[in-house]
Amino acid sequence: MKANNLILQFTSKIIFFIIFFFAVHIFFAGHYTPGGGFVGGLLMASAIVLLVISFDLKTVQTILPINYMYMTATGLIVAVGTAAFPMLLNKPFFTHFFDYFTLPLIGKTSLHTAALFDLGVFLVVVGVTMTIIQTIGEDE
Amino acid sequence: MQVLAIFIPVIVAIALPFLFKKIRAIHTGWFVLIVPVALFLYYLTFINDTKDGLSAISKLEWIPSLDIAFTSYIDGLSLLFSLLITGIGSLVVLYSIFYLDKTKEKLHNFYIYLLMFMTAMLGVVQSDHVITLYLFWELTSISSFLLIAYWSDRDASRFGALKSMMITVAGGLLMLGGLLLLAMMGGSFSIRELIAAGDLSQGNYFTLALVLILLGAFTKSAQFPFYIWLPDAMEAPTPVSAYLHSATMVKAGIYLVARMTPVFAVSDVWIWLVAGVGILTLTWGSLFAAKQTDLKAILAFSTVSQLGLIMSLLGVSAMAFHVEDAAGTIFKYAGFAAIFHLINHATFKGGLFMIAGIVDHETGTRDIRKLGGLMSIMPISFTVALIGSLSMAGVPLLNGFLSKEMFLTAMLSVMEFDLFNFETFGVLFPVLAFIASVFTFVYSCYFVGHTFLGKYKPESLPQKAHEAPIGMLISPIILAALVIIIFWIPNTVGEWLIKPAVMAVQPFLYTSPAEVMVEVSAWHGFNTELQMTLGIIILGLLLFMTLAKWQKAYAIWPRKLTLNSLYDFVIFAIFERGTENFSKLYMTNSIRRYLIYMFGAIIVMVIGTLFIKDAFVVDWDSGSPIAAYEITLIAVLVIGTLTALFGKSRITSIIGLGAVGYTVALFFVIFNAPDLALTQLVIETISVALFLLAFYHLPKLGRVEERVRFQLGRAIISVGVGVMVTLIALSAHSQKLVDSISSYYKETVYSLAGGGNIVNVILVDYRGFDTMFEIAVLAIAGMGIFSMIKLRMGKEKKNESQ
Repeated sequence: MKANNLILQFTSKIIFFIIFFFAVHIFFAGHYTPGGGFVGGLLMASAIVLLVISFDLKTVQTILPINYMYMTATGLIVAVGTAAFPMLLNKPFFTHFFDYFTLPLIGKTSLHTAALFDLGVFLVVVGVTMTIIQTIGEDE
Repeated sequence: MQVLAIFIPVIVAIALPFLFKKIRAIHTGWFVLIVPVALFLYYLTFINDTKDGLSAISKLEWIPSLDIAFTSYIDGLSLLFSLLITGIGSLVVLYSIFYLDKTKEKLHNFYIYLLMFMTAMLGVVQSDHVITLYLFWELTSISSFLLIAYWSDRDASRFGALKSMMITVAGGLLMLGGLLLLAMMGGSFSIRELIAAGDLSQGNYFTLALVLILLGAFTKSAQFPFYIWLPDAMEAPTPVSAYLHSATMVKAGIYLVARMTPVFAVSDVWIWLVAGVGILTLTWGSLFAAKQTDLKAILAFSTVSQLGLIMSLLGVSAMAFHVEDAAGTIFKYAGFAAIFHLINHATFKGGLFMIAGIVDHETGTRDIRKLGGLMSIMPISFTVALIGSLSMAGVPLLNGFLSKEMFLTAMLSVMEFDLFNFETFGVLFPVLAFIASVFTFVYSCYFVGHTFLGKYKPESLPQKAHEAPIGMLISPIILAALVIIIFWIPNTVGEWLIKPAVMAVQPFLYTSPAEVMVEVSAWHGFNTELQMTLGIIILGLLLFMTLAKWQKAYAIWPRKLTLNSLYDFVIFAIFERGTENFSKLYMTNSIRRYLIYMFGAIIVMVIGTLFIKDAFVVDWDSGSPIAAYEITLIAVLVIGTLTALFGKSRITSIIGLGAVGYTVALFFVIFNAPDLALTQLVIETISVALFLLAFYHLPKLGRVEERVRFQLGRAIISVGVGVMVTLIALSAHSQKLVDSISSYYKETVYSLAGGGNIVNVILVDYRGFDTMFEIAVLAIAGMGIFSMIKLRMGKEKKNESQ
């Protein structure tokens, strides 16, 4: 009962990348304008879900061979690691550091350890959402 | 170094799984063996100092703010126990290498537990700090639990493991209470300082602390009536029984009583409890040992009984505190005898357990009714068993004879004690001691006689009997040799090991080990003790000859009235079935029911609080005007909700729900909350997608469209939730008790946090903890869903979604 989804499949090929980059943008923009790791992660997950809907789980798994459980774990480690690392410098748990740098290509920008923490959030959100969707979807 | 030595076993244990996996050709035990041997040699170096009454102390801070530290304090008593732990430990590990098959058994588990136990036990006997003492104490219970349950596919193993842990951990908790009370009264966590603090008996909780600590010691050392866990613990592999349940762990209680004697000797309750329970346990254990048919059960009851013997001696040794110039009288013997018998018991009982294991290993059964006549087949095992048993029975030319004689001396001394009602009841002690000794003799003969003598019954044995491999025999042979050697050099042993330990038990008598004027001699005239021993041997032999006739008498006592059935009743009838029935009252496996509980409770709490605190205030003044498009959105919201509720098909409901979600997102847009709007939109999208995926699994909405009956209870709950949320929203908006924190965020978001978007900075910085725990919860939920779906159990799942 495979339906002919040509239009959907074609559009989602394009839209996937739009959402993907929008998610990345939202993630990085989060510190100054609306966005952040949580929304970014959800957007990323929704991009993948779009692929899942227009193709199917197996195809998506061959395109993105990611173990989302590992992704979740990595995210947690990154988040907790960022929070714990100041203790090595004898600073309280969860101290953030930031400063302003002039980087090539991008120009003057701020680098903030909060972004690392947010990256952890991002990974966990993508990982968990996709784990849930994958396990429920796979289950026949 | 001295503190770290305690932790060496557990540190080595980390490497074991890798050794076990990578080097399969060599039995993992060989690597493990290095640890106790090295530690034994290390502790031997302390002997020179402790012999002269010196001690060594070393400290490792753990939680300085709470004054908690790992303190290793080695004096004569600690050293003696440390040597026992590492010495017997070495022999047991050596024995286990041949006992446990390297291809079939989970050796890495076994040795990790064993090393964990070694650390815990060393910690118990060396800790000077009561809190860490307790910590190690419970760790011995836990490692014992793991070791008993080592063959975890057997029901009996798991039952025995649980039973031992229940009883010993319960006792340990009581002991913690006692230790804390004691530390409060003495104003110090250090046992040395508590002892040095002098008389604490005027403290309010002195007797309570005493009883609690004794309960801990009695449960651990399997004293009456707590001994019932020890026979069941025999399900453990035999090396474990030999090590934990005869030589070391069960002696932790003895150690604690010995260590605490200087603090509590002043109390008559202490003397009565320790000596009384000890002598009772001694008699009880010896009586029931002769009833058992399992080799290891005989030894278990015999261990119970021997522990009682040592315990009673410690109780009597506290009497010396009340006797004037006790060091010169008959009262000096009890303390010495306790420590001496402790050593002797470790040697002969360790050997006997190993022999029981060998018999089990080589014949396939431990049932004494099937065994017999193994003497000619297993001559070496027989010799070792004979030496061990006769020593246990107190027959001359073996070390057990010496300590047994001293035990009788000490018990006779009780008759001369005329305080605390001992002038009336004191005579019971020698009488019970005599009876117990007779039965000790009987079961010792029973153990050897019915296993090795008599008729060989090859047809009842599961496998063909043969002598054990030499590697397995080395350890018991060494122990049997010690049994004989100690008989010939008791005073050397006394000088090096016993006297320093006695000094720690009875510091009120001695200031240096040299002052302990106890000379052990095999021949001290034809006195009362020797007459008693002769009586014991004659009566014992008579009873042993007629054993078959009176052994049936044990069956007279109804099984229902035993301590074991009491334990079963408490655990199974009260705890298991009782609590299960109780939770079944409200745990009905219906999610709707649970939601009703939760919503009902929250309505009562919140509306109740609003009512009691008179917190409901509505202030319409600060409200903003309502525009037309807002009314439109509300209308969409209401229609969407109704559609979701009354939709005929599931897909209609899902779409209705989606409409509700998107409308809420629009509200966020109107009220200038772009972050929320964005999140809400994406969440809504993904949850609709999720619904579509899960669609396949949901049951069809009844084809026989069953009208949902109107249910008053549910109506109240749902209306209540709506009212509650509305009330809260109105009151929260209408009154500001405290200044809003948002101004602080506004001021500091750039200067302190280096960001521009307050919402996100709150998430990652101001309230980073929240986010961290949230993602942790999220990950746990993800794993939960993953495992529930992947490992779902049979049909249950289908009923749930109904």
